[in-house]
This record gives sequence, C-alpha cells and structure tokens, in this order.
Amino acid sequence: MTIAGRRVPMALSLLVWFALWEVIGRAELVFLIPPFTDVLVAIGSVATSERFAGAAMITLQAFGIGMGLALTFGIGAGFLMGRVRAFGDVLGMWANIFESSPLTAIVPAMMALLGFGLPTMIVTVFLFSVWVIALDTQVGVTHVTQSLLEMGRSFGASRRQLLLKIVLLAALPEILAGIRLGLIRGVKGVVIGQLLIAIVGIGYLFERYSRNFLMAEFWALLIIVFAFAYAASETVAYFERKVAFYATTR
Amino acid sequence: MTGSGLAAPASGAARAPGALRAISPAARSSLLRAASILGILALWELGGRIPVSLTFPSFSATAAAFGGMLVDGTFLGAYAETVGPLLVGVALTGLGGVAAGVLMGLSPRAEWLGLPVFVILQAAPAAAIVPLITFIYGIGFAAKVFAVVLLSTPVIVLNSYRGIRNTPVSLIEMSEAFLASRWQRIWKVILPAASGLIFAGLRLGLAQGFTGAILAELLITPTGVGDLITFYRSQAEYDHMYASILSIILVASVTITLLQRLEQVMFRPELRSP
Amino acid sequence: MTDAKAGTDATAAPGPPAGAGEPAVRVVELTKDYPGGVRALEGVTFDVPAGELTSLIGPSGCGKTTTLKIVAGLIPATSGQVIVEGRPVTGPGPERAFVFQDFALLPWANVLRNVAFGLELRGVPRAEREATAREFIAKTNLTGFEHHYPHQLSGGMRQRVGLARALAVDADILLMDEPFASVDEQIRRAFQEDLLRLLSEARKTVLFVTHSIEEAVYVSDQIVILTRGPGRVSNAVRPEIARDGSSDEIRRSRGYLDAVEEIWGELRGYVEQDMHAVQGPAQGATS
Repeated sequence: MTIAGRRVPMALSLLVWFALWEVIGRAELVFLIPPFTDVLVAIGSVATSERFAGAAMITLQAFGIGMGLALTFGIGAGFLMGRVRAFGDVLGMWANIFESSPLTAIVPAMMALLGFGLPTMIVTVFLFSVWVIALDTQVGVTHVTQSLLEMGRSFGASRRQLLLKIVLLAALPEILAGIRLGLIRGVKGVVIGQLLIAIVGIGYLFERYSRNFLMAEFWALLIIVFAFAYAASETVAYFERKVAFYATTR
Repeated sequence: MTGSGLAAPASGAARAPGALRAISPAARSSLLRAASILGILALWELGGRIPVSLTFPSFSATAAAFGGMLVDGTFLGAYAETVGPLLVGVALTGLGGVAAGVLMGLSPRAEWLGLPVFVILQAAPAAAIVPLITFIYGIGFAAKVFAVVLLSTPVIVLNSYRGIRNTPVSLIEMSEAFLASRWQRIWKVILPAASGLIFAGLRLGLAQGFTGAILAELLITPTGVGDLITFYRSQAEYDHMYASILSIILVASVTITLLQRLEQVMFRPELRSP
Repeated sequence: MTDAKAGTDATAAPGPPAGAGEPAVRVVELTKDYPGGVRALEGVTFDVPAGELTSLIGPSGCGKTTTLKIVAGLIPATSGQVIVEGRPVTGPGPERAFVFQDFALLPWANVLRNVAFGLELRGVPRAEREATAREFIAKTNLTGFEHHYPHQLSGGMRQRVGLARALAVDADILLMDEPFASVDEQIRRAFQEDLLRLLSEARKTVLFVTHSIEEAVYVSDQIVILTRGPGRVSNAVRPEIARDGSSDEIRRSRGYLDAVEEIWGELRGYVEQDMHAVQGPAQGATS
C-alpha cells in the first residue's frame, strides 16, 4: 500500500499491531496479554536463562535428528514415488492419508511405546514433516518435462546421470518448497510433542510459565520459537527463489 | 502445495512384472494399494503378537476393541462431543476467514495490515497457546471452539487471499475493457476465479480444526474422542486406545478425501484457470 | 530509418480520406514512462481514419500493444492525448471494443455466455443478450458450440469467441491486439478473410496490432510503423492494392509486394539487432 505516493513495506504493519498489543497490555484488558514492552524485555531474560538453554538443547537435538530423518526418507521416497508408478500409487495413498490426519492423536501412543524422552520427540518431528516433503518431491519429479529427459537420453545419459543432472535439478524448486513447509511442521511437531510429554524441553517451559502466570515470559518464548521456525523457513525460501528458474518448462 | 495421491505416469518409470501388466493401470494401482494395506495390517498383527511392547496391541485386538466401541455407542458419544465444537469453529472461521481473506485480496490497505499477521500465525506453533485457553474459556465447548478457530483461521484466510490475488490479470483487463463496474468485476470474475482456492482453504481448515479439537481434548478438556485416548491410556487398555486413534485417522482421511472429490466435481480445475 | 516525425512522411499522409470528416481516433504526442525510468513511448502521433482498418506494426518492444491499450483506456498515458470521436479518452468506453491476444475468455462460462458477457455487464436482459450473442456466434461460424466451454475449443475457435464478444457490443471502434498470433498459419489466412468479410458488412473502424508484415499489408488501409527505444512513429504507409482479385492474386500483385518490401526495409535493421542481442529480463513495455 502507499501513503502519499510512497510504498510502505508490509512488515511495518506489525508495528501497528505491536502498538495495539502495548495498549491492550497497559490497559490490562486481558490478563493473558501483558504490555508488549514487557514481552520484549522478557525475550532477553528468557533467552539468556539457564532453563531455556537446557530446553533449547534438547529441543534442537530432537528437531535436528527428526528433520534429518524426514529429509532423507521424505526426499528419497518422493523420488521413488515420482519415478516408479507403483510406488507413487501406494506410498502416495499413505502419504495423503497421514498428511491430512491429526497426527497429534498418534503422539500418546508413541509416548506409551517409546517413553517420555528424545525418541518420542524425534518420531513426532519425523511424522509431522515427512509427508509434505515426500509429496512435494513427488510433484517436482513428475513435473520434469518429458522432452528434457528425452533430450538427455538422446545424448546418451545413463540412468544415474539423468537422475542427478536433470531430474534432481528440475525438481529442486518443488523439493525446496516441500522442505520449507516440512520445517514449519517439524517445529509444530516438536512443540506439540513436548506439550503432551510435558516434562521436557520447550513444551515444559511453556507449561511452567503458564502455570505460574508468567505471561510475559510465555509470549517471549513463543516469539523466540516462532522466530526460529521463520528464520529456518525463510532461509529455504531464499534458495527456493534463487533456483525457481530451474523448473521452467519451455 | 502438496501433490495428490496419484502420480502421473512417470517419465522413464519402471514397468511392472508381466502378470500385473495384463490388468488395466487403474485396477493395478487399486490392487497394489489394497495389498499394501493388507501388508501393513499383517505387520501390525505380527508386532502385537511378538509383542513389540506391552503397550502395543495386535491389529486383531485393536479391531475387536474398535467393533466393541462402535456397537456400544462409545464412539458415537465421543464424536458427538468433538464434532460439535469442530463444526461451530469451522463455520465461524469459514465465514469470517473467507471474508477477511477476500478483503485482503481486494484492498491493498487490508492486505498491508493483515498479511504479515496471518503469515506469522500460520508459521508459528499456535498449539502452544492451547493450554492458555482454559484461563479464559474453561474446559468446555467454548474452549474447544477457540482451539479450532485458532488453528484453522490462518490457512482459510491465506487461501482465500491467494485465490483472489491469483485471478488472471487478462480476465480483469477484459472486464475493464467491457466496462464492468467494481462490483461486477468482483462478483462475475474475481470470486468465481477464486472459488477453487477458497474451497481448498476450507478443506484444509477443517483438517487443521480437527487437529485443534483433538489437541484441546488431549490437553485441557476431558471430553470427546481425544479424551478417549487419554482415558484408555490411563487404564492401560491399549487396544481401546489404539482403536480410538485408528478411528480418528479413518474419520479424517475419509472426510478429507470426500471433500477433495467434491472439490474436483464442483470446481473443476479446467474451468477455473484459462 | 526515419525518426520521430509522425505521419508527415513520403509514402502517404495518414489523414482522413476525402469526404470522411474527422478521424475516428487521433493519437497525439503520446508518451508513456514506466517506474524505473523506462520510456516505452515518446511522442507517438497518428490518426485512425473512420471506417478504415489501420495496423500498428513494429519490432518487439516498440510499444504497439502499449499504444493500443492506452487507446482502449486500460493504461493511462504519461503525457499526450488520445481523442476518440472528438472526445479525449479517460478510460474504457462503449464506443471501443477490445480483442485480446490471449483470448481472455471466462473459463467457467460457456461460449454463449462469453459472447454475451459485454452485454451482460451493461445490464441487457438475458433473452435479448442471448439472441444478440447467437447472431454473432453465427457470423463467426461458431453455431453449434454455444454450450461448449473454452477448454474444449481450439485456439482458433477461442479467438472467434473473443471476436464475437467484441462485435456483439456494437462498438464503432474495434481494437485488436495481435488477434491471430496464437493461431496456426493456415487458419490465420482464413481469419484474415473472415475479418475483412465481417468488416465489409458493418462499417467499423479498426486499430490492429500485428507483427506480421504480410498480414498488415493484406488487411489494412493504412499501416503505421513504430520503431523502438523508445517507441516512435517511423512512417505510415497506405498500400495501393486493387482489391478486386482473389486473395492469391492480391498477394502477388505489384502494390502488395511493393508495400511489403518497403515496410521490411524499415524494420530490417531491428531484426539484425535482435539476432545479436542477449535475452534480458522483460521490461515494462513489451510491444
């Protein structure tokens, strides 16, 4: 939008919302919403606290391992699904079923099976993110134009060369899109997993802050977690934009 | 966003063994899918019998529990308590969210104000807020509605917004050239062009809303189908617990697939984009 | 290559034919700048005589589509004026109808509704507008396809729907943006014939953008040549063709071949430029 003819960047609208937040907080309209400035201060104190460091450690561990597994299996399965019709039909069915189901319901079963620690968290991150990665990879792979592949074969490319030099690169924008969405879901997964487990990590911290009505700290923590998820996904989005032209079809 | 369950005939795809090639591709894929389901169920049965863990029931035990809960009305009662807040919540976000998304799509000022907020809400783990809901809405119907609204709003708003923005410029120019008023342009060109994505947003919102309801039931409100899971776990009746989880997966997949089919029929994609 | 002097050059004056009065469209010193400092058009001036077909031709990037859209009132000019039937243009109007290069058909509406769309927007009652639509569906040889949808039609048929839609609103002036560009060569010639036949039945003024020299010479009474960097009128040509032969005879006649040669001479330098140019990012004005 423009004011007096000059374009105003969209991010600035957040300032309006922050100002609103401050006003509501100061007026103490809702006790759950402290003034925004208090939250800003709390970001500092939370981020530097020992509890947070411990919680972040274990959360990042679970997130890192879970995402690593999701990327490996997701992209691998996606390739298989895109190149071999049988796999595409079968795995695609499963991926679609799980992608639209409330996977949250599975977490209690995981907890009973794997306990209240890292394994459950890793599985939760994996289950939340792998489907969208696989499905988007599949889409990227199936959209590689026939003529590009025929061109490769006409110049004598081996199967491996076709996969690595053509398919992977042409599908890359779509794969990156899947990774970006998978990252966001992975963060949601680790948070939900920890909320349900309730005795470890960031989830525990959330529960502790809300139990003790430390609202400023609660929102501060939420902002920190969001900032992490957003930073990760925007990094991927940056690369996604850079390679967007890999997928031009003509 | 994500692909459909069907892969297009993949370029350079591997060919199926001789016997299978005799059947039509559509029948072949149904056969393979059915086979995969049976395979998974067989593994499940095996895992339950070994047993993989004392907390892991076999498929037959789960199925028996499932049947029992179906017959004695446990499922009926629980789903009644879940579906009510879910439908109310999605109806609210459906009306409000689509309106907000359409407004953002049509008005640069609304877009400036709203887009960053909803993008953030979409990316942030809003689930963390669910435990807080009890402080305002207690542990009943309203709390669940709030959870549903919280989780489903961003995707509905953003899809409606994107549907509006994706209207082909050439159609808008054409309507201008033929002297359409602003209202005519919105009603006759932009909204019909956006309807596909708007409906897709509602479908995704329903799925997210269901997640929200379950989350609320697992964390704050001791009612509904999510509570079945918690209850049976506390009683160590794992076959009933798995049956409840299975019912959730089935209900969600069947409903969403039906909505996808409906979407294909009502908003035939080839009719939406030139 | 002649430069910015508009319409005053050797081959002919693009003024109104004797006895016809005011030109239907006067384009006067049109200038168009895009943000970022790109000047798409500079001082473009020419007349479109009433009842005639005038083509705009030029190398890609010369601003011919931009000029057409300014005349249509879809884009504002930075400076200069377009005067249609004596009144300056401030936006689209009922006396001008546009035919789009990419057809711009409503994909969810059938042929009948698409052709009637201009009338629908004006509030013409359904029975009346459908009757009018059927009339023009017949004139563009689309009878039998009223209930088909755009995706079921070939490119050529879709363009006929676009043309029927523009004719149905009975505007005095037709603005056509490379209407036959997305259609194959064999059909293209048939379309040119059809267009001339339709225009002979209803006296309309046509401003026609094309990049085919043969097409321009075949259908036009006047051809305005634009050069680029930024777009300016380089010349205006009135082909001297006796239109009393078959189409093949016309395409071999002296007048036709001379006109094609002359225009090709003007544009040749730009083609050579294009052959050696590097494909850059699309600019604000793409012809």
